[in-house]
Parts: sequence; C-alpha cells; structure tokens
Amino acid sequence: MLLEVKNLSVDPILAGINLTVNQDDWLTITGPSGGGKSTLLRALARLQDGVRGQIDLAGKSASDYDLSTYRQQVSYAVQSASLFGHTVRNNLDLPFQVRQVPVNLDRQLELLEKVDLPSDYLDKPITDLSGGQRQRVGLLRNLVFPPQVLLLDEITTGLDAQTKEVVWRLVKMSQTDHHLAIISVTHDSQEIAAANRLLTVKEGHLDD
Amino acid sequence: MINKTVEISNWSLVLSFAMVVISLLISYQQKLGLEKETIISVVRAIVQLIIVAYILRFVFRVDDFWLTSAMMAIILWNASRNGEKRADGVPHSLRTTFVALLLGGGVTLAILVFSGAIKPVPWQLVPITGMVMNTAMIAIDLVYRSLDQMFVDQQEQVFERLALGADPKLATGDIIKNAVKFGMQPTIDSIKTLGLVSLPGTMSGLIMAGVEPVLAIKYQIMVTFMILSSTALSSVYAAYATYRKYFNKNWLLELPSPK
Repeated sequence: MLLEVKNLSVDPILAGINLTVNQDDWLTITGPSGGGKSTLLRALARLQDGVRGQIDLAGKSASDYDLSTYRQQVSYAVQSASLFGHTVRNNLDLPFQVRQVPVNLDRQLELLEKVDLPSDYLDKPITDLSGGQRQRVGLLRNLVFPPQVLLLDEITTGLDAQTKEVVWRLVKMSQTDHHLAIISVTHDSQEIAAANRLLTVKEGHLDD
Repeated sequence: MINKTVEISNWSLVLSFAMVVISLLISYQQKLGLEKETIISVVRAIVQLIIVAYILRFVFRVDDFWLTSAMMAIILWNASRNGEKRADGVPHSLRTTFVALLLGGGVTLAILVFSGAIKPVPWQLVPITGMVMNTAMIAIDLVYRSLDQMFVDQQEQVFERLALGADPKLATGDIIKNAVKFGMQPTIDSIKTLGLVSLPGTMSGLIMAGVEPVLAIKYQIMVTFMILSSTALSSVYAAYATYRKYFNKNWLLELPSPK
C-alpha cells in the first residue's frame, strides 16, 4: 500500500475519510462544489491546517517525513495555476532549488516538448501565457521530479478540448513511466465516465 | 549674534498659528474629517516639544554619560513603540522593531563616534540618535507594510511554492528583497534631490544659526551617510526577522486579519 488514510477529518469540512491507493492506481473523485474535495487533496498533501487522523505513505506515518520531502512525494497540482516569479524558467527551476540540486536544462526542455510548448517558452514571461499554457506549465512543475502520488485538483477545468488532451496525455505517460498513484478531483463528465475507480465526496464524507 | 538670527518672538509664533487655521479650514471645507486629528497632533507636538526642550537643556548642562545614555534609550524605546503601533494587525513584535532600530542606529552611531565624525557629548549624540531613529523607524514601517501587502497579493504564488516542497524562505520568493527595497527607496529618493529641492534640516539649521555653508554641508553629508546605513541595516533585519511569522508550524501561510 502506497498511501493509506485512516479516519481523516478536517473540522468542519471532512469527517471519517478512509482511503487506500497503490502504485499505478488512478482514483477519480467527484462531488458537489464545497463538498470538501479540494480540502481532501490538500489534507493528503499536508497543505491543510487542522487535519486529524492517520496518513501513511509507503508504510511510514506522514508526520515522520519532513514537510518538504513529503510534499515532494505527494505532489499537489493546483486548480488554475497562477505561476510565480517572472518567467516559465522560474517555475521549472523551483523543483531543483527545493532539492538543492543543479538545474537540468535538458529535463526542462523535454517536459516543455511533452506539452507542445516550444523551447523558447522557457524564457517567456508568465504574463504572456494563455490560461491553458499556464496550466500546462503549472503541472510540469509537479512532474520535473516524478512524485509517488500525484494529486490533481480540477486541473483541466476551463481548458479547451485540445489542451485537455495534451494534459491528460502527459499525466498518463508519467504514470506509465514512473508508476505514479494518481488521485484526480474533477467535475468533467468525460473524465468521470472514463474513471476506473470513482469516489464521491459529499457533505464531508467519501462514498463508493 | 547667533541667538539674534534665530530668535522668533512669541508674537510671531502666535501669528504663525494662522497656518494651522488654514489647514483646519481646508479640512473643514473639503470634508476631510481631519480637524480633530490636526488639533490633537498640534497640541501634542507643542507639549512634547516644550517638555523636550527643557529636558534637552538639562541633559546638555549636566553632561553625564548615564543620563545621555538614558535619553538615547528613551528615544529608541519611543521609536520601537511607534513602529509597532503603525503596523496594524501584523505579526511583528515590539522586539523585532526594537532590535532593528538598535542594530541600524547602534552600528551607525558607533561608526560616527569611533571615526571621530561626532564627539560623544550629549548635544551631538542625542539629536543624532533622534535623526537616525526617525529615518530607521519610517523605513521599518515601510518594510512591514510592504511585507503585508505582498503576502496578501502573492498568497497563491507562495502556496504553489509550498505545494512543491519549498520551505518558508524559498516560498517567500522575492518578497523579502522587495520589502527591503521599499524600505530604503524613500531615503535614496530624498538623497537624490538633496540641495536641489530640499535643504535638509541639519544644514538649514546650521546656516540659519550663522554657520558657514561649507561647514554646514559637511554635517549634512555625514547625516546622509548615516541615514543610508541605518535604513539599510534596519530594513534588512526587520524583513528577515518578520517573514517567517507569516507561516505557521505546518509551513502554511497565515495572514494576519486586519484589526
């Protein structure tokens, strides 16, 4: 078991959540707005205050990892990424800075290519990017170093069909290559229809 | 001769009160609602200045090391309190402001005294402490305000960095650097126009008192150096000591709710 969640609560949003995810799993979570889906993902990523219950990652309690290491391994991709710094490069450099290793330019270019962005986009000011381009760069940050668990918070909301295609292709490819466990929150009917394991978060509870 | 040049008769002072009336009239006519605050601040200033004048005369006459030190400590304390008060609902303790001022002012004063630029006598130490503390206090205040503003404006960006595993320092990004810049900018701007627009206090005072302009300018140059170093040191310290307070133990942003 890669990620095991027991009796997780976030007052007053979530209560008694139990969940297990393995390598190569793809879990789709849906449910009404304000039902606690984002809070659940943030709690799993240790990006939420006031979380009670037990989370284990690879057989070890989440609290036994240092925060940085844990968040690197359980990587949360935000809904509508706003991007930081000035350029795309600033965003793709951060994962290297976090790990205190030299920036690998080839890796950055390889990733840009995977989401159909030309290499000169590396120095593109983030203010010049379209919403879809931002979202793609946002997701690349989570994949520069593939995590063990990837949490996707409605990452394709508001994207056109073609961009959605590019994003999902990247996610699927990363899963195949690196055996990621993926938990994806979505409202998209197509994604819900295609889900192989679908859960619903409703009024703070998780239902099969 | 010197006293004659700078003497203001009580009668002229009373007449000059007309200038306060002008500002009150403007506030009333433009419905600025500043009348009460203006009157209170003018009365406060008059009372404070009278008291300070007598205290200064006493301190200068007695010329005692401990008394002078106490006077400087009081200035430092007042500046710290004021700096803290201006930072509405912000997680900066009195201690940060105090240490920032002590560092900025202390280092600057030490350089001035040891280089022989000023003599360790009360009539030089006390006014210069006042000047250093005042500019440093304004700079620290600007640092706090800009930290607040930037953490609010950039909370999404900070969150995205945290989500990627950044620690609070890395997640803060350019905010610290920009806050220090904001703190120092007004000082640098005012230095640019020195002599062109502003004939600053020290220099004007000395010239009005009959001192040769060339001598007066030496003092002004020294004061300029002095406020540069004190704002730089105080701003840097205040920014670095404060940014961490915007994060809780879970490495999540915790923005202060405005009072």
